[in-house]
This record gives sequence, structure tokens and C-alpha cells, in this order.
Amino acid sequence: MTTATVSRWDRFRESFFWYSFKRDKVAIASFLVLLAMVLAAVFAPLLAPADPYDLAQINIMNSELPPVGLDGADPAFPLGTDAQGRDLLSTILYGTRVSLMIGFGAVVLQAALGILFGLLAGYLGGKVDAILMRIADVQLSFSTLMVAIIVGAVFKASFGNLMFGEIAIYMLIFIIGVAEWPQIARTVRASVLAEKKKEYVDAAKVMGFGTPRIMFRHILPNTLSPIFVIATVQIANAIISEAALSFLGLGMPETQPSLGSLIKSGFDYIQSGSWWITLIPGLVLVVLVLVINLLGDWLRDVMNPRLYKG
Amino acid sequence: MLAFLVQRISQALLVMFVISIIAFAIQDGLGDPLQEMVGMSVSAEEREAIREELGLNDPFLVQYLRFAGNAIQGDLGNSYFYSKPALEVIAEHLPATLELVIGASLIIIFLSVPIGVYAAIRPQAWLSKFFMGVSTVGISIPVFLTAIVLIQLFSIGVTVNWFPADTGWGQWLNDFFTTEGGLPSYGRGDDLVHLFGTWESGLFTSEGLAHLVLPCVSLASIMLPLFIRLIRAEMMEVLQSDYIRYARAKGLSAGRINFLHALKNTMLPVITVGGVQIGIMVAYTILTETVFQWPGLGLMFLEAITRSDIPLIVAYLMVVGLIFVVTNTLVDLIYGLVNPTVKLTGKKA
Repeated sequence: MTTATVSRWDRFRESFFWYSFKRDKVAIASFLVLLAMVLAAVFAPLLAPADPYDLAQINIMNSELPPVGLDGADPAFPLGTDAQGRDLLSTILYGTRVSLMIGFGAVVLQAALGILFGLLAGYLGGKVDAILMRIADVQLSFSTLMVAIIVGAVFKASFGNLMFGEIAIYMLIFIIGVAEWPQIARTVRASVLAEKKKEYVDAAKVMGFGTPRIMFRHILPNTLSPIFVIATVQIANAIISEAALSFLGLGMPETQPSLGSLIKSGFDYIQSGSWWITLIPGLVLVVLVLVINLLGDWLRDVMNPRLYKG
Repeated sequence: MLAFLVQRISQALLVMFVISIIAFAIQDGLGDPLQEMVGMSVSAEEREAIREELGLNDPFLVQYLRFAGNAIQGDLGNSYFYSKPALEVIAEHLPATLELVIGASLIIIFLSVPIGVYAAIRPQAWLSKFFMGVSTVGISIPVFLTAIVLIQLFSIGVTVNWFPADTGWGQWLNDFFTTEGGLPSYGRGDDLVHLFGTWESGLFTSEGLAHLVLPCVSLASIMLPLFIRLIRAEMMEVLQSDYIRYARAKGLSAGRINFLHALKNTMLPVITVGGVQIGIMVAYTILTETVFQWPGLGLMFLEAITRSDIPLIVAYLMVVGLIFVVTNTLVDLIYGLVNPTVKLTGKKA
């Protein structure tokens, strides 16, 4: 039994990845905070004291109650209530869920687009490369947020308010995914250019494998670590973009709020002194984005991939 | 150099062409000008006649050429809401946005250069670490949230009574964290000075400047961390180079080396990146202007979306596209001029 092969778990525990994680306090803290937030968001229906989507549970008499610890607070609403009388804690839990869903969804979409176009551009080279990278350059020079705002505006104008509200989650995933694919495509292309010159690719060619097989089965696995790093940071960017779009009224409707639309709906009441409706979701958003960014920084240091710079 | 020039300019024209096609496709797909022009009482045959007369039944390409021809002559149609030429509406809103961008750029330049240089010269000092930490957090804070926090602190004001007021230090801490508020957080104020054309400036009156403070600080806050990190990284790289070591060996003073020799070469890439970033700031002006109800281009664009004012949306896209393309091309050309080692043929790998 002692000669049995090393299990995956043991290999993971021996790895440099685990070793450097254990020694980095910032990484551990960020990971724990992120884990707690993701779990809280996933289990929001179980954890939340109220269901913010259920109109029957909302009482307008409870509107704009402050968080516990301030004058006039009701212990039933630990973080206070918003202008419609919804429990802010529950709304934030559900809102984090929506924000995370859009963040992950948008990154999956942009990774799919970015990997495909990056592989094609890097491996095929020539005209394909020139055209794809020109499009990426132009799109990036307009800044991803600008592209997302314009696409969102056009979608909203063509679908109308009501229709847009119903399919807003998918729309936002699509808009942010399409707006940000060049980031990943550039990274993938840079790694593919480096990998393509290596012997194993020549070997695969000599063995007569087809181009798609070489691209996806041989080169792609070797470019995964930079993709992993940039995808982490991109989740944070996608969450910020979603919040910005929702804040502009081009994102999630107030009936099904994300963190961004919560901030927006609370902003209308900040002048009347109800700062908690906008600032508490804002704090949650900043913490969420910050821990993802810190994890991304740490991942980049550990994996030290050939990231595209510039 | 000539080849480089021609290549960049033709590329800029191509991008502008693509933008105009997209803008026209939006206009073609979304707006029905007839609905805005005639009432309900007009019969189907009459509508068809007007359509024919206006050329709305022409093929896409013919309509596009007409659109592009008008656009080149500065005619982008009339705004439905303002009932005047869309470009005129944009010209009225442009100065407000420009003043916002100028104010924010000044804040960025005067803060990022000293902080970035300091963090590069003394990377281990606690103040450098503090600045780098703050800029990491700063990147994670969306611009509209900074704006909201600024409004709460400096416009509405915060009264703090966390500490025991009966002790001297408690009262001092309470006073320290309590903010007055009072800074305007809405619009540009009434006291504007007419400069020329459509330019009503808020730069010359105390009221106008007071209105500029919060929006400019918010807009600057999003770019400042980027610039500090960029200047620090570039400066640290330059400080490693041979000519700096030679200058040190020659016995030049640290101040002369850092600020005369090193800073010069640090700023070259910073200026080019900065040029592109100022274009990107246009996107952030939309957010900043929404929070502060700043009557600039960004707010106008958002209002145009809610009002489905298609010609104004299209005109905004064309103008902003032009601004982006011109800044990017100029930055490329200037970089080509100052740094002749840049590949003249462009990006052929």
C-alpha cells in the first residue's frame, strides 16, 4: 500500500501553489472573504431573512429604516431597509448573487471568445491575425466600458424597458462578455506565439495531426495559466462594469437588483439622509472586487505567466 | 516616417468608416423618422409617398452614402427632443465635459507625478507602501461610488459622535471625523461666464469652481491609481538603466539624476499611455456626470437614450468616435516622432 501512486490531494499539498498560498496572509484572507461572500450569495435563499422578490413580504411602512445601532432602527432589519421597505440585508445577499452570476457568466463568455480568437490569431497568423488583432486594438482603444455602455444603450432602445428588464441578466452577460474579449484574446495570442515555436508542436505536425487538434489539444493546455490569471482579474472588472451599467439604468431593474442597481436606487435617497441604502451595498461591492483583485495579484506572482503587457 | 504617417491616417479613416456604418445601422434599425414627423391621421398611402420622397425605401447602401455625405458636411440630423441640429446640441454640452476633463487631468498630473516618482525612488518607505496600498484599493472602487462617498462627506456632511464627548481627545476625534459638507453636488451653478460660441465657462467664478471640485476629484480618482502605478513602474525601470548608473558614477547629485535624467525618459511612455487614457476618460465622464447631474455630453447621451432620441445618440457616437480616433492617432504619431525606434511599418510581428 505504501507504494501506491500519490493521490491528487497529496500532489496538490506538495505543490508550489499550495506552499506559496499558505505563506501569503493577504491571499488567505482574500480567499476566505471571497469564499464567505460566494457561499452567502449561493445560499442567499436559505440565509436571507426575507425574500426581496416577494412583493407580499414588503411593507411600505417599513421604508428607509436605519441599520441597527442608529436611532429608530428595527431589530428585524439588521442593515435597515430601502425606500420600498425591503430588508437591506436580504436584498444585498440576493444582489451579490446577481452580480456574481453576471461576473462569472461574462468571463466564461469572454474566455470562450478570447480563447477561440486568440488561438486562431496566434496559430494561423497572417491575415487572420492582422484582422482579429486590429479589431481587438480598436475595441480596446475605445475602452471596454464605453463599448458596453453603447451596446447596452442600443439594446435598451431596441427592446424597450420592460422587455430589457426581463432578460437583463443574459443581456449583461452578453454585453460585458463581448466588450471585454480582446483582453483574453491578446493574452492567449501572446502565449500561443511563444508555444508554437516549441518542439512538441513540430512533433504533432509531423505525426500528421490536424490544425484544430494541435490548437486545442496541444497548445491550449499550455496557455491555461495566463488565462487563469487574467480571467480572475476580469471577473472583478466584469462585476464593476455590471455595477456601472446598472447604475446608469442600463442594467438590472430595481425589482431584481444587483449591487449596482441597489446603489443606484439608494442614491436617490442620499440627500434625505438615508445613506445606508447606497453606501452599504457599495461597501459590499468594493470588498468583493478588492478581494478578487488581490487574489488575482497573488495568482500572477505565483504563476508568473507571460502576460501581455501594455 | 511618411509611410508610418500614411498608414496611421488611413487606419484612422478606416475606423471612422466602421464607426459611421455602425452608427448608421443603429439609426436605420431603431428610428422611424416618419413617426416623429407626421401624426396619426396620415393615411398609409400618404406615408408611403413621404417614405418614397425622403428616400427611406432606397437600398441600404444608397441611404448610407447619403448619411455619410451629410455627416462629412456636419449634418447629423435633428434631435427629436431639442428640435435643432444634433451637432448644435452637442456643441452646447461639450464645454461642460471639457472643463470636467481638464480639471480632472490637472489633478491627475499634479498628484501622480510626485507620488509615482517618490514611490520609485524610495520603494521601501512606509509612505510609498501606503500610496501603493491606497492605489490598489482605489482601482477596486467604481467611480460612481467614489462620487457618492464624496457627496456624503463634503456636500451633505457627516456628524460623528463615536467617541466620548466629555473627554478632550474624544471631542477632538469627533471633530476630526465630522465634515462640514456644503460643497455643491448638483450641476454647474448659475454663475457662468460666456467665453465664445457655445462655451459657457465655470472656470472664472468662485461658484463655478466650487461646482467643479467634487466632479473633478471623482473623475480623477479612477485614473490616479493607474498613473501612479505606471509612473512608478517606468521610473524604477529607468533607474536600473546604464546611463543612470553612469550618472551616479560621475557623482551627479541625486536630485539632478532623478528629476532631470530619469524623469525625462520616464515621462515618454507615460505621455502616450496618458493620451489614450484621456480618451477613455470620456466613458467615465458618463458615470460622473450622472451622479452630479453635470450638464455635459455624458448626461446628454443618457437622456437621449431614455428619450429614444436616435439622431442625438448617433451624433454622440460619431463625435465621441472621432475624439477617440483623433487622440489615438495623434498619440501614435507623436510617439513615432519622439521615439524613432518605434517600428515604422507598424505592428508586423
